[in-house]
Amino acid sequence: MYEKDGEKYFIVDSHMHYWDASPENWVEGAEQYAKGWIECFHAYQGLGPAETHQPIEEFQKVSEEQLMREEFEEGHVDVAIFQSTYLREWYKNGFNTTEQNGALFRKYPDKFRVNSRFDPRDGDAGMREFEKNVEEYRPLGVKLYTAEWNGESRGYKLTDPECYRFLERAQELGIRNIHVHKGPTIWPLDKDAFDVSDVDHAATDFQGLNFIVEHVGLPRIEDFCFMATQEPNVYAGLSVVTGGLMHARPRFHAKVMGELLFWVGEDKMLFGSDYNIWTPKWQVEGLVDWDFPEGHDYDDYPRLGTDGKKKILGLNAAKLYDIEVPAECQISAESSAPASPDDAELVDDRAVSQA
Amino acid sequence: MTVTSDTPPTTQVGGVWEALRTVRDPELDADVVSLDFVASCSISDDGVAHVRLRLPTYFCAPNFAFLMVADAWDAVSQVPGLQDVDVELIDHFASDAINAGVAARAGFVTSMAGSEVGEAVSELDGLRRNFTERALMAGTDLVVRPLMAAGATPEQVVAMTLGEVPASADLRRLRERRRELDIPADDDAPLVVDPVGRTVGLEALPLHLRKARSYQVGVDANTSICRGQLAARYGL
Repeated sequence: MYEKDGEKYFIVDSHMHYWDASPENWVEGAEQYAKGWIECFHAYQGLGPAETHQPIEEFQKVSEEQLMREEFEEGHVDVAIFQSTYLREWYKNGFNTTEQNGALFRKYPDKFRVNSRFDPRDGDAGMREFEKNVEEYRPLGVKLYTAEWNGESRGYKLTDPECYRFLERAQELGIRNIHVHKGPTIWPLDKDAFDVSDVDHAATDFQGLNFIVEHVGLPRIEDFCFMATQEPNVYAGLSVVTGGLMHARPRFHAKVMGELLFWVGEDKMLFGSDYNIWTPKWQVEGLVDWDFPEGHDYDDYPRLGTDGKKKILGLNAAKLYDIEVPAECQISAESSAPASPDDAELVDDRAVSQA
Repeated sequence: MTVTSDTPPTTQVGGVWEALRTVRDPELDADVVSLDFVASCSISDDGVAHVRLRLPTYFCAPNFAFLMVADAWDAVSQVPGLQDVDVELIDHFASDAINAGVAARAGFVTSMAGSEVGEAVSELDGLRRNFTERALMAGTDLVVRPLMAAGATPEQVVAMTLGEVPASADLRRLRERRRELDIPADDDAPLVVDPVGRTVGLEALPLHLRKARSYQVGVDANTSICRGQLAARYGL
């Protein structure tokens, strides 16, 4: 919990990792990719405040002690949600698998939720592994990496029939939240890995599931916004938005927040630190203090008040994950009602000018 | 440095830099020189221009990387007096495939076939068109927003022609993007059009401009992240 000016904020870090990118875990023959990947992540860390930068060796693999300290003791986080990412093509034991994350979850069940994952291209064997993971860790969510390579395949879409089979099964197994990585990194060739139209279709076809678009579709944030405004079960995952822009480019951060507040709204935005690219401490404190900069450039964006910040920092995710929130951190019923239906009306005709 | 042609070497290297300024990152709608993507640029004694391009990350999308390397090759090849051109993408997971493919004029699909990077199934013309359309939308925001801030009404904006807008770098760029999309860009052409060139009516204008702004914010945010990554990577 974070307290500032008499207000208490319940913090859910909806997107974080416990990865192993140390050289011992690099796949022989694919070292350049394993190395390139983690160096790319490390450069992202460079966009945060200087005092939070780590040497690459430490960044490749943090200890359990460090993670617990940076998330919960220093980082104000109440509950953290692991988003498992495999990348087994380059990392022998995976980058951060359900099992790796699950080991910490077992040890600190009140602190963590562990999300599983599946890859529809893994077929029946993948289905069995997914079912086993669900049985073991009882996750309410999965993280999907549609641009991940798998053998000959360079990616998939949520709308692929195989993926629908997994989504249907996930729903039967009690999964509610589908976190889809639609953002920077990994190598889309000519296939458009940032394209969010598959989320649009899947969200319509699976009304019982929530779709959290991680990194808000960067570098195609506008496509994400135009889509999310149409779909009540599509959410914005703020990791990278906060970490990558709030400190490095505050004015652009403000504009991205303005766009998200306008098109998506404060009820459907979720804070995620993307640890350990960035630690949560400065992000949580910065978001609580955040406001639009002076200037008319921001006049037509909805304002974000204390209640909205509470929702984004924890209450929205707590709802999606059935996390109990202490009464002192709740907000009154009126202000938690969905906001600004007027904004949604404006964008009914999305065919107009959509490039 | 000496060169075989009569053109003074400094002018000639200057010409190569000038050519590189016409090469842009389609996603960021900015040229590779101002983005600092040119790691080095020189002309060797045998009259060959050597250009090294670098990108913000090892994993930057290979399709965009290919476009930039190919465009750089084409642009530098137009510089008079050069014996040959050598453009190389460095520090990228697909460097080998891209460099070899561009040098052989092989096209994206052929270049990627059989490479470690993987197969490509289509050429990149559609991608380029898609991003030029986005640039048109983003550019519309840059040009129209100041007009409205200065008091232009929606009625005035929908009736305006390009010739009625005060000259600016943003306007010049918007005209260029429109020409690339085969959308009229002369003085008497309407100021506000959609990405296929249709005029936008009064009723549709607010949403059109709202979207145009979103595109511009997207470009700004991406550019910020890319510049930050490049600076972190190369200690700039």
